[in-house]
Amino acid sequence: MDKLIEVKGLEKHFGSLIAVDGIDLEVRRGEVLGFLGPNGAGKSTSMKMITGFLAPTSGSISVCGHDVWSDPIAAKTCIGYLPEGAPAYGEMTPASFLEFIADIRGLRGKEKSNAIARAVEKINLEGVLRQPIDTLSKGFKRRVGLAQAILHDPEVLILDEPTDGLDPNQKHEVRSLIKTMAEQKAIIISTHILEEVDAVCTRAVIIAKGRLLFSGTPIELAEHSRYYNAVTLSIARDLETAVEQTLRSLPSVASVETASQSENELVRLTAIPAQNESIVGAIHNCIREHAWQVDELFVEPGRLDEVFRTITTEAHATSEEMRT
Amino acid sequence: MNRTMIILKRELNAYFATPVAYVFIVIFLLMVGVFTFYVGGLYERNQADLEPFFRFHPWLYMLLIPAISMRLWSEERKAGTLELLMTLPISLTEAVIGKFLAAWCFTALALALTFPIWITINYLGNPDNTVIAAGYLGSLLLAGACLAIGSCISALTKNQVVAFVISFIICFAFNLSGFPIVLDLFSSWAPQAIVDVVSSFSFLAHFESILKGVIDIRDIIFFASLIAFWLYANVLAIEAKKSS
Repeated sequence: MDKLIEVKGLEKHFGSLIAVDGIDLEVRRGEVLGFLGPNGAGKSTSMKMITGFLAPTSGSISVCGHDVWSDPIAAKTCIGYLPEGAPAYGEMTPASFLEFIADIRGLRGKEKSNAIARAVEKINLEGVLRQPIDTLSKGFKRRVGLAQAILHDPEVLILDEPTDGLDPNQKHEVRSLIKTMAEQKAIIISTHILEEVDAVCTRAVIIAKGRLLFSGTPIELAEHSRYYNAVTLSIARDLETAVEQTLRSLPSVASVETASQSENELVRLTAIPAQNESIVGAIHNCIREHAWQVDELFVEPGRLDEVFRTITTEAHATSEEMRT
Repeated sequence: MNRTMIILKRELNAYFATPVAYVFIVIFLLMVGVFTFYVGGLYERNQADLEPFFRFHPWLYMLLIPAISMRLWSEERKAGTLELLMTLPISLTEAVIGKFLAAWCFTALALALTFPIWITINYLGNPDNTVIAAGYLGSLLLAGACLAIGSCISALTKNQVVAFVISFIICFAFNLSGFPIVLDLFSSWAPQAIVDVVSSFSFLAHFESILKGVIDIRDIIFFASLIAFWLYANVLAIEAKKSS
C-alpha cells in the first residue's frame, strides 16, 4: 500500500464556474507534494475534495485505499487536515480543543494523553495550553491547527498554507517538522511561497485555472527556467562591452543580460545557456584567457518564481485566446 | 462515549464558555416569573395547578429559543470550523443530532431551574403532580421543536441575526397556525383540506392538550416528527451550503 493518495479525473463545478478541471494525482508514502498556483487556481478546492469536505462533480479520490465519497469515515480517519486559515473553536483553550479532536478521533485513556502530549511537544504549544484560542496570536492559532492535524499521527497529511502568517523562525520550525514526518507519511502542502517548494517538497505540481500544468521534482521545475545553469559574473563597468561581446560569441550561450549595480562600479552579466547544459566551464576558460578581473561568479540554480510566472500566465493567455 | 455525545459535550461547554448561557437562564427565569405571577395571576386564581405557568411557554420559546439556536451552525460556517468538523471522522447526522441535543439539554436545564414554582404550588396546595409532569414534558417537546427549526435556519446563513429573526418568524407562525392571522393567508386560495392541515400544525393546540394532563400519543408523534423533519432539513441545508 504505497500509493496513499490517488486522484483521478477530479472536477468541480460551481454553477457555470469550473474550479477544478480534470486533475490526476498520486502521492506515495515518503513524498511531500507541493501544490503551487496563483490565488483562485483551485488548490484549496482540490484539497477540500480530497479531505471529503466537498463532493467532486466527477472523478474519484481514494485515500489509504478508501474511497473518500463512499467510505468517508474510514478515509477521514487516516487524514490529518489543516484547512485554510487554521479554523478552531475560539472559545476553547488549545488543551480542551485537542482533547475534543482526540475524542472524535476515537483516542482513549493513555493513548489519548500520549497523543496530545506528543503533538503539544512537537508544535511547542506548552506555553498557551490554558489560554482561549481567540486570544492567541496568528502564529499560535496556526500551530494549534497543525497540532490538531497531526494529533492522531495520520498516514496522510493535507496542509493548506501551513506557514501562512508565521514569522521566519516559525516557518523554519514548521518546515523541519514536515520534513521529520515526511518519511512515514504522504503529505500535500499548498503554498504560494516558492522557496518552500525547495525547502520541503519532494515533488511539486502547478495548478492554474483548475488544471494541472506541471508535475515534477523541484529540480525539474527549476530546469524549466531560462536561468537554469545560467552563469552570472560581476565585472568592472569599463569591461562591460568587451565581456558581453565575447560571451555572446560562445556557441553554448544563447543570450546575455546585464544588470548594473548602482552602488558601485560593477556590472552584473548573466549568460543564458542555449540548451540547459552547463556553460560555466566555457565561461571560466574565457575569463582565464582574457585575464578579466571578475568579482563574483556563480551558476544560477534556476529561478522558480520565473517558471511559476511563465507556466501560470501561459495558461492564462491560452484560456483568454480560447474565449475570444 | 460515542461521537454524538462528544459533540454534545463540546457544544454544551461552548454555551457556558460565553455569557450567553447565564444571560439566557436569567432572562428566561425572570420572564417566566413575570408571566406566571403577574399576567397569569397564579395566586389570584386560587387553584392548585401550574396552568398560568405553562400557558406562556410557547410565546417565551418563540422569542428566546432562536437566541439559543442561532449560533449552532452559522457560527461554524462563519468561523470556518464547519470545514474542520466535516473532515473529522464523523457523519453529518451525528453532528446535527449532537448539536441539537446540546441545545435541548441546555433548555431542559433552564426549564428545570423553574422548580421553585413547583415547590411553591405544592406548599400552597395539593396539585395533581402528574398533570404538572405532563406540562413539563409538553414544554420540553415544544422547546425541542423550536430548537430544531432554529438549528435548521442557522445552517442556512452565516449571519446570526438573520438566523434569529427568521427562526422567530417561523416559530411565531407555528404558534399561530390555528388562528385566523395565519389561516386567512391560506383560506382565500387553498382548498379546505390544506387549511385544515395548516391549522393542525398549531403548536398551541398540541401543547394545550398535553397541558390538560392528557398525554395523547398523537401529540408526542406530532412534536417528534416535527423535530425529525427539521433536523433532516438541517442536514440537507448544510450539504447544500457547504460549497458556497
